Amino acid sequence: MSASAEIRQTFFQECDELLEALDDGLYEIDQGVADGEVDAETVNAVFRSVHSIKGGAAAFGLDDLVHFAHQFETVLDVMRDGQLVPNEDVMKVCHRAADHLSDLVAAGRDERVLEGSTGADLIKKLSEIGGREATTGSSEQQSVDAGVSFQPLGLSLPMDFTFEEPAENDFSIQLIPSASLYSSGNDVSFLLRELIELGEVKVSVDTSELPDFDEMDCSDAYFKWSIDLRTTEAASSVRDVFEFVDGMCELDVTSREPSAKPSGETEEEDDDGPPALPLLNGASEPDAVEPPRQQSGRSEGKDKTGAQSGPKATVRVNLDLVDRLINMVGELVINQAVLTQCIDDAGLLDRGDLATSLAEFKNLARDIQESVMAIRAQSVKPLFQRMARIVREAAELSGKDADFQTEEETTEVDKTIIERLVDPLTHMIRNAVDHGLESRDDRIAAGKPDQGTIMLSAAHRSGRVLIEVSDDGAGINRPKVLKIATEKGLVSPDAQLKDSEIDNLLFMPGFSTADKVSNLSGRGVGMDVVKSAIQKLGGRVNIQSTPGKGTTMSISLPLTLAVLDGMVVDVAGQTMVVPITAIVETLRPKAGDIHRLGAETSVVSVRNNLVPIIDLGVVFGHRSQPMAISDMVLLLVESDNGTSWALAVDQIFDQRQVVIKGLETNYGHVPGVAAATILGDGNIALIIDPEETAHRNGPVIDQRDLALFDEVS
Amino acid sequence: MSTKVLAIDDSRTIREMLKHTLSSGGFDVLLAEDGLDGVEKLENFNPDLVITDINMPRMDGFGVIEAIRRTEKFNGLPILVLTTESAQELKERAKKSGATGWIVKPFDDEKLIGTIRRITV
Amino acid sequence: MSDPAVSNNSLRELVTFRVGDQDFCIDIMMVREIRGWTPATLLPHAPSYVLGVINLRGSVVPIVDLAARLGLAPSVPDPRHVIVIAVVGTQTVGFLVNAVSDIMGIDQADVQPTPDVTSEVTRAFIEGVIVTDERMLRVIDIKTVLPKCMESEDAQ
Repeated sequence: MSASAEIRQTFFQECDELLEALDDGLYEIDQGVADGEVDAETVNAVFRSVHSIKGGAAAFGLDDLVHFAHQFETVLDVMRDGQLVPNEDVMKVCHRAADHLSDLVAAGRDERVLEGSTGADLIKKLSEIGGREATTGSSEQQSVDAGVSFQPLGLSLPMDFTFEEPAENDFSIQLIPSASLYSSGNDVSFLLRELIELGEVKVSVDTSELPDFDEMDCSDAYFKWSIDLRTTEAASSVRDVFEFVDGMCELDVTSREPSAKPSGETEEEDDDGPPALPLLNGASEPDAVEPPRQQSGRSEGKDKTGAQSGPKATVRVNLDLVDRLINMVGELVINQAVLTQCIDDAGLLDRGDLATSLAEFKNLARDIQESVMAIRAQSVKPLFQRMARIVREAAELSGKDADFQTEEETTEVDKTIIERLVDPLTHMIRNAVDHGLESRDDRIAAGKPDQGTIMLSAAHRSGRVLIEVSDDGAGINRPKVLKIATEKGLVSPDAQLKDSEIDNLLFMPGFSTADKVSNLSGRGVGMDVVKSAIQKLGGRVNIQSTPGKGTTMSISLPLTLAVLDGMVVDVAGQTMVVPITAIVETLRPKAGDIHRLGAETSVVSVRNNLVPIIDLGVVFGHRSQPMAISDMVLLLVESDNGTSWALAVDQIFDQRQVVIKGLETNYGHVPGVAAATILGDGNIALIIDPEETAHRNGPVIDQRDLALFDEVS
Repeated sequence: MSTKVLAIDDSRTIREMLKHTLSSGGFDVLLAEDGLDGVEKLENFNPDLVITDINMPRMDGFGVIEAIRRTEKFNGLPILVLTTESAQELKERAKKSGATGWIVKPFDDEKLIGTIRRITV
Repeated sequence: MSDPAVSNNSLRELVTFRVGDQDFCIDIMMVREIRGWTPATLLPHAPSYVLGVINLRGSVVPIVDLAARLGLAPSVPDPRHVIVIAVVGTQTVGFLVNAVSDIMGIDQADVQPTPDVTSEVTRAFIEGVIVTDERMLRVIDIKTVLPKCMESEDAQ
């Protein structure tokens, strides 16, 4: 990666951190507003976050981002100065501005332009609040100034300057430094050096003011300098040499050649400064937006002297390296299992010392695996912060007032899982605000606080991660859910369903309890999509609801995607693995429970439900003739369309954690197969994708057929 | 011996940019991530020039300048202020607290290097 | 059709092996290792010439019965068979052959166009032939014998 690409990457990483800090800070200010006392340092920190984003963005030419950050920063600056007292309305705009800033950062990262009028609307709102015009000290002026403060000093002046005045000018410069010039670290020699770069210089010094040695104050200044300069540069450029020492000396610049420039340089000098800027503008702007150029040769590679000490000592590591490590540790665990089996086969396992060493080896391997997995783990905090925004937006759209609370947001989960949780969680949160919370009036009528609460929490529970979305709304309206499900033919009218079964109807495809399609949830996705997304991550979703009190949806997830808990089964002589998360239960059917339906299809009745059977041996082509189902074991799995299937296998060997190996790299996708794994004996076993298997191979059974069958039997 | 530059900025991005630009200019660079960190590193590193940001946690750029100017050993040390603000009042304030000059972010590599060369002996 | 990295160099080294009763060879640059046959895990819905997948030091590697792939009589794998592990791009694939004969150096100029006598099926997989005193070596164009991914098979 080139240095500039690397710095760009650093910038966006830093932006993420700054945006997180910004969100945190704004919430602290919210709290302060509620408590009646806002901490000044918090406002300052919030200001700095936006300010730093702006600073970096300018270097990468992200003009939209710079412009917006500047407007936002102006408001925060006024707040910092105490001229603007934050209240709820101000904070609402600030939160929205933070959201938009985050969008702009994302757009910048993807090198796309953000469409829509959100930015313009917010800029208008911000300037109303800030009371300062966006243009004072604005980004436009900055980019002008960015060039100007150094333009005259530039070693290689761009060609653009030739148009101004190619003729040579003679200047006479009188300079009487004051003591402050020296105490600020400046020196006449620096100035002379710059002048020499502009042209021909003659210098004389008047030392007449120099006192006797005894009276001399070595921090004071006593010399008067007279400098004759012949240059092609304009007077403004000459003047700019002295920009740093302006006010620290008496300075008189006179053009001695009236023909070269209109006279009166001395008097008009001060007016000559700023108005000259537009001229330079064109030349300096490209410089301003240009990313830092990579300098060849002299770069000294990674520095050691510059090693920074952060608050927490961390290293940034390429994710590929971590994944490779995880893979290798996976191998180690498998290898250990192979070794154990070999030693067992050799009949040596009853040798005490060998058994002890092996057990230690096993523990070590597991410990290493867990530690390495932890490297990929990240706190769910950024994910939760994103959800704060979803709550805000959803509340605004539905006209409800919702407070968002989080718990244990420092809980760490695998990076990939966090990334893939964004969509399902977004949907659940929207759903909780939209359907979970009652309207303001209903809440007041029910004697609840008019502001609803959405709570998002994370926790580790017995080797898995539990994420919960709760609302304090009215709870699931079960009669209504049941009515809709019946109308839509999802359940038979006379079905007797338990409360939890009714609640789970929400996860059936196409189910929507909203009378009219609302802005929020009516986006063509139902909770069934949430459920299948979670299942793809090896997780499960649960729903709990208490009428009048609220609803809690909980997601249980594995800690990592690199391993899964599998049931090792025999499928016509081939060893295969079924993810345990997919299995609802296992059963050995009695002959009387199995019925044939049509020529090819068998169903098993499980507690009065008829579940179609899929013989995996046949489906995967491992045997041509179906076996007698009554001799087999059935694994009951639930598909994301709400239907259940029974996967028939010859026998169950074992339950264990397996390391997931992709098939795609060297071969390609195999229908019905999610991935492969390596067993303790070193052989490969395929991991079944029950979902896909059911969809591709399951017998197509009309629900009405089943109902009919039910009546007959 | 190459010119030693102490660069103070709370933004990692800007620090990396400075590091990259200054190293390629042949300077010996030490980075500090806020004013206090910078002042702490000053004594040991003994730089020929300090570049500092203004807006920083713990101690801002003005604090850095004042701290440096208060120390006799460093009172002639050139200090460049690094700022996104081009507002005149900020420059004046920097000047008043004893800064040698300023650089407006985003900076141009060559100009930055040229300026440092000119104000270091 | 030959690999560009190889064709620039007129001198090539080839691994020669027997499949059925014919002699074939592939560029040695493609060959990662040669190992004995071990039973493979069957891949459902795979083309008949894909024998399954094996564990190659933690990687899942598909095994192609080269005889079946080239349109010859399918092999009945036994421990005397040999698997040639080849790396093509990012893909690692094993080829089941009867036996590896030797490694020989040839000049690219020695590779002649495939004569018409060869069967149509075989010809599609052959880059050219090398005729030595006692035998005719068919140079396999390895990209053409890779297993076709399932999805494309399904599309048919």
